[in-house]
Amino acid sequence: GHYNHAFFWQEMAPPDEAKKTKPSEQLAKMIDDSFGSMDEMKAQFEAAAAPGAVFGSGWVWVVVNNAGTKLEIVGTPNQDNPLMKGVKDEIKFPILGLDVWEHAYYLKYQNRRPEYVSNWWNVVNWDKVSENCAYVVKNHAGVPVEG
Amino acid sequence: LRTSIVITHHQSINQPTNQSINMSGKKLADSALRAAIHLPSSKLPTELAKSSTALFSALSGVKASLPDLPYDYNALEPAISAQIMEIHHSKHHQTYVTNLNATMEKIDSAMVAGDVSATIALQGALKFNGGGHINHTLFWENLSPNSSYKEGGALDAAIKERFGSKDDMIAEVSAKTVAIQGSGWGWLVYDPKTKMIDVECLPNQDPLEATTGLKPLLGIDVWEHAYYLDYKNVRPDYVKAVWDIINWDVVEERLVAAKK
Repeated sequence: GHYNHAFFWQEMAPPDEAKKTKPSEQLAKMIDDSFGSMDEMKAQFEAAAAPGAVFGSGWVWVVVNNAGTKLEIVGTPNQDNPLMKGVKDEIKFPILGLDVWEHAYYLKYQNRRPEYVSNWWNVVNWDKVSENCAYVVKNHAGVPVEG
Repeated sequence: LRTSIVITHHQSINQPTNQSINMSGKKLADSALRAAIHLPSSKLPTELAKSSTALFSALSGVKASLPDLPYDYNALEPAISAQIMEIHHSKHHQTYVTNLNATMEKIDSAMVAGDVSATIALQGALKFNGGGHINHTLFWENLSPNSSYKEGGALDAAIKERFGSKDDMIAEVSAKTVAIQGSGWGWLVYDPKTKMIDVECLPNQDPLEATTGLKPLLGIDVWEHAYYLDYKNVRPDYVKAVWDIINWDVVEERLVAAKK
C-alpha cells in the first residue's frame, strides 16, 4: 500500500504542468513496439481498468517485462504490485500505475470509474514515467520511492 | 417449411437439473424435426437448429431484476445517507443485475453450443455479478429504519451460545468486518454442520452460501462505495453505525429458516 501510493504521487502533476510533459524517445519507441501507438496503449489500459476487468479493489499498471524488452499492461488485486514474487507469471517492473480502489475516485466520480480513468491521463507526468522506464530497463529493479 | 411438432416430456419435480430436461427435450425436438422434413442427415439446417436451440434455452426468459427497497432512500439516515443509498441501489446494484443477465445469456449460448471452455471462462463474471446481486438483495433486507432486537428469541439464544452476549457478537463481527483487506462483506452466518451461528468474511462479491455452504443471516457491505461519501476512510465508524439500522426480525427469520 505504501509503495503503490508513493509511486502514484510521484508519477502525477497538475494538469497545466502535465500537459507540457511527453514520453522520451526510449519510452515512445517501447510504446509503439509493444502496443502500436500511444492511443492503442491508452485503450488497452482503460479496458484493463474497467469495472468488469477488476473485480474489487486493485491497481492497473504499465510494466516493463522481466527481460526488459517490452511493455505490458497488468492488473493487480488489493495492494499487490507486479514487483512482488508470485503475483504475475514473472516479476515485472511498473513504470506507470493507476489506483482503481473506490477511495481513489468515489468523492468526485462515484460509480463512474471510466470517467475517472479517461480524465486521469491529464495529470500523468510523462517525463517521470520516462525516467521510470529508463531506470527499470537499466537496473532490472523497481523504481525507488520516498519514505 | 412449416412443421408443427408436438412434444410432451415428463417434467418431474425431482429432476436434478433444468439443463438435463432441456438437453433431452432438445434431442427429441431435433430428431422429430429431422423426421418431419425427411432429413437423412444428422445435421439440421441452420435456421431450424437455431429455433430448436432457442426453444430449449436453459434460461427460458428468466432474468434477474433490481428489487425495490422496503424503505425510502433517506430512511436509514443518519447511519447511511440518502445520497449513498440512491447511488448504491440504483447504480451499483443495478449494474450487477444488468451484468448478471448479460453473463447468464452468454453462458446459456455457450452451454447450448456445447462449448465447455467458453462456459468455464464465464464463471468469474457469474460469481462476481451473481454474488453482487445476491449480496445486495440480502443487505437491503437486513437493514431497516426500525431496528428492534428481541430478547429471548431464537437469535438471542444462538448469539449467547456462540458469543456470550449481543455486545460481544457486535464487537467480534465488527472487528473482523473492519479488518477485511480491500473490498468484501462481513456476515453473521448459520453453520449447518455445527448448528451454531458464527462470523465469516468474504472478499469482493463472493457469495456466502454458494462458496462456503454457510447460510447468511446478516451481511455488512464494506466495499468503499457503501460508506465513502459519508465516512470517507473511517470504516469503523460506518460499521458501528450500521448496527443501529439492522432489521433483527429478518435476521431471526433467516436463522429459523436456516435451521429447518
